[in-house]
Amino acid sequence: MSQTDGERGALIYRQRLVTRITHWTWAVSLFFLLLTGLQIFNAHPALYIGRESGFEYDNAILRINAVETAAGLRGVTTLGGLEFDTTGALGVSGDSERRAFPAWATIPSNRSLSTGRVVHFFFAWILVATLIAWATASLWNRHIRDLIPTGADIRGLPRDIADHARLRFHHTARYNVLQKLAYAGVLFVLLPLMILTGLSMSPSFNATAPWLLDIFGGRQTARTIHFIVMVLLVGFFMIHMAMILAAGPLNELRSIITGWYRIDPEKEPQNEA
Amino acid sequence: MKLELSRRRFLTGASLGVSAMALSGCKVLDDLNDYDHPLRNLMEAANGVTYRTQRFLSGDKLAPEFTKADIRQGQRPNGTTNPDDADYQTLASAGFADWRLKIIGAVENPLALTLSDLQARPARTQITRHDCVEGWSCIAEWTGAPLGPVLTQAKPKPEARFAVFYCLDTMEQSLSGAVKYYESIDLVDAFHPQTILAYGLNGSVLPVSNGAPSRVRVERALGYKMAKYIHTIELVSVLPAYGKGHGSYWADKGYDWYAGI
Repeated sequence: MSQTDGERGALIYRQRLVTRITHWTWAVSLFFLLLTGLQIFNAHPALYIGRESGFEYDNAILRINAVETAAGLRGVTTLGGLEFDTTGALGVSGDSERRAFPAWATIPSNRSLSTGRVVHFFFAWILVATLIAWATASLWNRHIRDLIPTGADIRGLPRDIADHARLRFHHTARYNVLQKLAYAGVLFVLLPLMILTGLSMSPSFNATAPWLLDIFGGRQTARTIHFIVMVLLVGFFMIHMAMILAAGPLNELRSIITGWYRIDPEKEPQNEA
Repeated sequence: MKLELSRRRFLTGASLGVSAMALSGCKVLDDLNDYDHPLRNLMEAANGVTYRTQRFLSGDKLAPEFTKADIRQGQRPNGTTNPDDADYQTLASAGFADWRLKIIGAVENPLALTLSDLQARPARTQITRHDCVEGWSCIAEWTGAPLGPVLTQAKPKPEARFAVFYCLDTMEQSLSGAVKYYESIDLVDAFHPQTILAYGLNGSVLPVSNGAPSRVRVERALGYKMAKYIHTIELVSVLPAYGKGHGSYWADKGYDWYAGI
């Protein structure tokens, strides 16, 4: 396509300094929050629906256990009513060690709930502060409007989906509609949901805002939602990486590091507008 | 052609990504296990921010209370469930008739209360959710004497800022002898209406597994703040040089002292 005819598009200043700094702060924070979150989960590797954890009745929707069998110690993951043998990854990993998530997926790599919590809550503050700083700056410099799909965006949605499916990317000054939806989904839905479900697990914050518990359906449901949002964020991250690699990693990386982005040549018909 | 390139690029990149993920498992970050590591100490400063923020936001507000219908199981015991300390076993075999709860330290009127003294005081019964630091929760009904009036009767001196709870159960043996459980809370929590010296659980006498004859309930904190098998409450101006000096058995083990989240 554009590169094959030897013409190069213009280099434009696409990402402001605030956008770039907040992006990388989130990247680092979410990395630590994920791996310390899995460490914290390992202290009680089960998820429940409701206000409390059923010990004398069953309200668990996920359990990751280590079970002694005739074939030795096996990792067993129970999701809904279904059982999976996940030895090597979940339940039992490394040198026949009983642990829900394996050593490579947790910070620290050994079991340490206290260390996991110290690091988790430190980066939780960083995440919240960065989100507030970003929202303030983006309202001020109108970057937030870059993330809101326009009418034309919505009309172009099927075409954009088809283009993405064929790995046919248009490098334009503005985000395409799937980008807008993905970024807005993370910034306006997933991250706020993560913070609010995290706060719902705090007995002190429960006294401050008991209505949050009612919204989420109890502390243990909030904990389960916290976990599900984590899975969605990991999903976002994987698609984010795949798209960057497929759309041209050098150009994409340059734009989020230096701000400068090379768009397709002018004559190339643009997807939106 | 372009499609091919993208796919190849994608696969190369994906394997790079996986290697980066595996890197996280490298042990560089395990230095954070060291309680004295400067980076850990820096991160622990966030706990102080959390404490002040939560104090500011929660004020005197009450922890959520539940109804009888929400009690669907017994209270799950945790930590020590049957202290093998000889003095505790002696007290337990006599039905805790010789047990005394001493209120000492920065008070003008030290007290030594028997279990019946405690039970004779105006009681508070509350159905609350117990949240373990591990992540689980359990709802139960707790009955006990509010701590605030007990402390008022002991007449706290102006310098009193914390209440320290000393317990009968041994957690481990150290070079300097048995390390018994201990905890401390600030006076905001100590005088909070839901902070009670519990002696009843789900309508019965508090069982040994849950802290008999009495345990403290601090309903806006995690389970480890709610010391079991208590025998002495000391009012102090600074957290004592007891254990490693963090004012709490688990805080000595790297957990945050306030435990509000």
